[in-house]
Amino acid sequence: MTVTVLIPNPLRPFVSGREAVNVDGGNVGEVLERLAGEYTALRKHLFADDGRLRSFVNVYVNDRDIRHLQRHETPVAAGDTVTIVPSIAGGTAVADTLPKLSHAEILRYSRHLILPDVGLEGQRKLKAARVLLIGAGGLGSPAALYLAAAGVGTLGIVDFDVVDESNLQRQIIHGTAQIGVSKLESAKQRIQDVNPYVRVETFETHLTSENALEILRDFDVVADGTDNFPTRYLVNDACVLLGKPNVYGSIFRFDGQASVFDARFGPCYRCLYSEPPPAGLVPSCAEGGVLGVLPGIIGSIQAMEAIKLILGVGEPLIGRLLLFDALTLKFRELKLSKDPNCPVCGTHPTVTKLIDYQAFCGVVPEPTYEDSEITARELQRDLETGRSLVLLDVRLPNEYEVARIPGARLIPLGELPDRLKELDDHSEIVAYCHHGPRGVRALEILRAAGFPRVRNLRGGIDAWSTEVDKTVPRY
Amino acid sequence: MAVILSAEHLAEIRQQAETAYPHEGCGLMGGANDGDARRVTRLVPVLNARSDSPRNRYLIEPDDFLRAQRALDRDGLEVVGVYHSHPDHPARPSAFDEEQAWPRLSYIIVSVARGAAADARSWVLADDRGGFTEEPITIEERVAT
Repeated sequence: MTVTVLIPNPLRPFVSGREAVNVDGGNVGEVLERLAGEYTALRKHLFADDGRLRSFVNVYVNDRDIRHLQRHETPVAAGDTVTIVPSIAGGTAVADTLPKLSHAEILRYSRHLILPDVGLEGQRKLKAARVLLIGAGGLGSPAALYLAAAGVGTLGIVDFDVVDESNLQRQIIHGTAQIGVSKLESAKQRIQDVNPYVRVETFETHLTSENALEILRDFDVVADGTDNFPTRYLVNDACVLLGKPNVYGSIFRFDGQASVFDARFGPCYRCLYSEPPPAGLVPSCAEGGVLGVLPGIIGSIQAMEAIKLILGVGEPLIGRLLLFDALTLKFRELKLSKDPNCPVCGTHPTVTKLIDYQAFCGVVPEPTYEDSEITARELQRDLETGRSLVLLDVRLPNEYEVARIPGARLIPLGELPDRLKELDDHSEIVAYCHHGPRGVRALEILRAAGFPRVRNLRGGIDAWSTEVDKTVPRY
Repeated sequence: MAVILSAEHLAEIRQQAETAYPHEGCGLMGGANDGDARRVTRLVPVLNARSDSPRNRYLIEPDDFLRAQRALDRDGLEVVGVYHSHPDHPARPSAFDEEQAWPRLSYIIVSVARGAAADARSWVLADDRGGFTEEPITIEERVAT
């Protein structure tokens, strides 16, 4: 039975440029098989590797789609016309290579699956997605928990710390039983319990200019939960260089910020802050404190934004900086625009590879005054022998209220320059703070003011609590 | 290899991509093969048939293709290419685009960043389906059709 097969324009070069080819066969399957046998270059375009007709190749017999007839088995008679009709499809995602969901996963994600904006395809996208969390701390904790619960297939976490009791007020992924355990191990265990279908990839390291590109490269979305400027600039620049979205969050006391920096479609962190603040000017949460719920809110916003990016729904925080004030419970939004002169994502970038971010942020090793330091044990001995000295506490009053070394006098570091006259410049002074750095600054101030005999308690009151007097609580 | 079209047609393609945002917009390009190049003389906008995920997929149903093909036939034109938009994604073919592509057609992709048409680039699938190659978009004075 000879039929005429009409060839669409794009395939004609594979049949010697002909618009129609006569082929024998009893049904559509046979006709196509003979056609591909005769014109071998055509086969790849008609059939997938498994031998089935490609999804975008449609076949009509005399104007009727064989999907509505008997598909391959549709009989043909002499004189029939078989038309190959393209359907044209494409798009930005890869539906047919997305992983499938098991029955257990379908049940687990049912509240997502019934959401039209997520659905089966969205959930499969989540499963295929790889999100990297920089830090498993205040922001990383809620972000990791929600991303894991939502079914993000692979979570990478970069951290190098161990769980400390003082983390637990906000770092809700860790628990009391994990004190002393590595944060990665602790987070991994918790994630596996929340959702065993999530794969956790851990990177027990500081993120550095040497390893950042390699670590970030394999992830789709990066969520920055760092608490220091060098790493924040490093994450930003690495994301710009790799063309990845950076879901940013930061917190301080009662204030939070969030945005999505994606230099392909909007500004990056450097468009917002081209230069870091002078080192030491902006206190970290360890110095300034933070209300524990705040990272829960901001970290959850980061998780939400990461999920929106993966699903491709809604309007991401690209080009917008969200400001949150927990005390007034107000959200404000600033419009951000791309800076054409941005050194990393502008039109003529000067930063084309990762740089030394410690130096960029002016971070120099803390000056040490070893000869002017006193250890907790030495201080204890001096006090016991009745040596006359002024014990100067340079922390904040609320810290003083939590714990103090008996006999200490409180002058917060910020007030020190104005209250020097309260100190006798002939007495020996031992300054202390929480861990040491503010004590060093007090030492510098007092020295510059001409106090000859000043020392700093190494390790601060924390060293005193652990080494000398356990009745003084650590915080 | 190149796709040749008028500035007006390219502007129309970009306009349609912006109108469709945040969904993908798509259409067929009618014209004729010109040696190794494809000369576009008419655009046939098509409604994106993907109602399930129009933000990241487009589909031109075979019936629509056939209808467009027949309309072009009357003027002796062929379908020589396809255009579609990538909302908030670069103007590069995705793996899905590649998997679904036809050879010897120009695939113009317009990146739409937050509603504004950005890059437009054109791609052609290798004859052995071994990936897309970029081809130049050549702008010519509008050709009467």
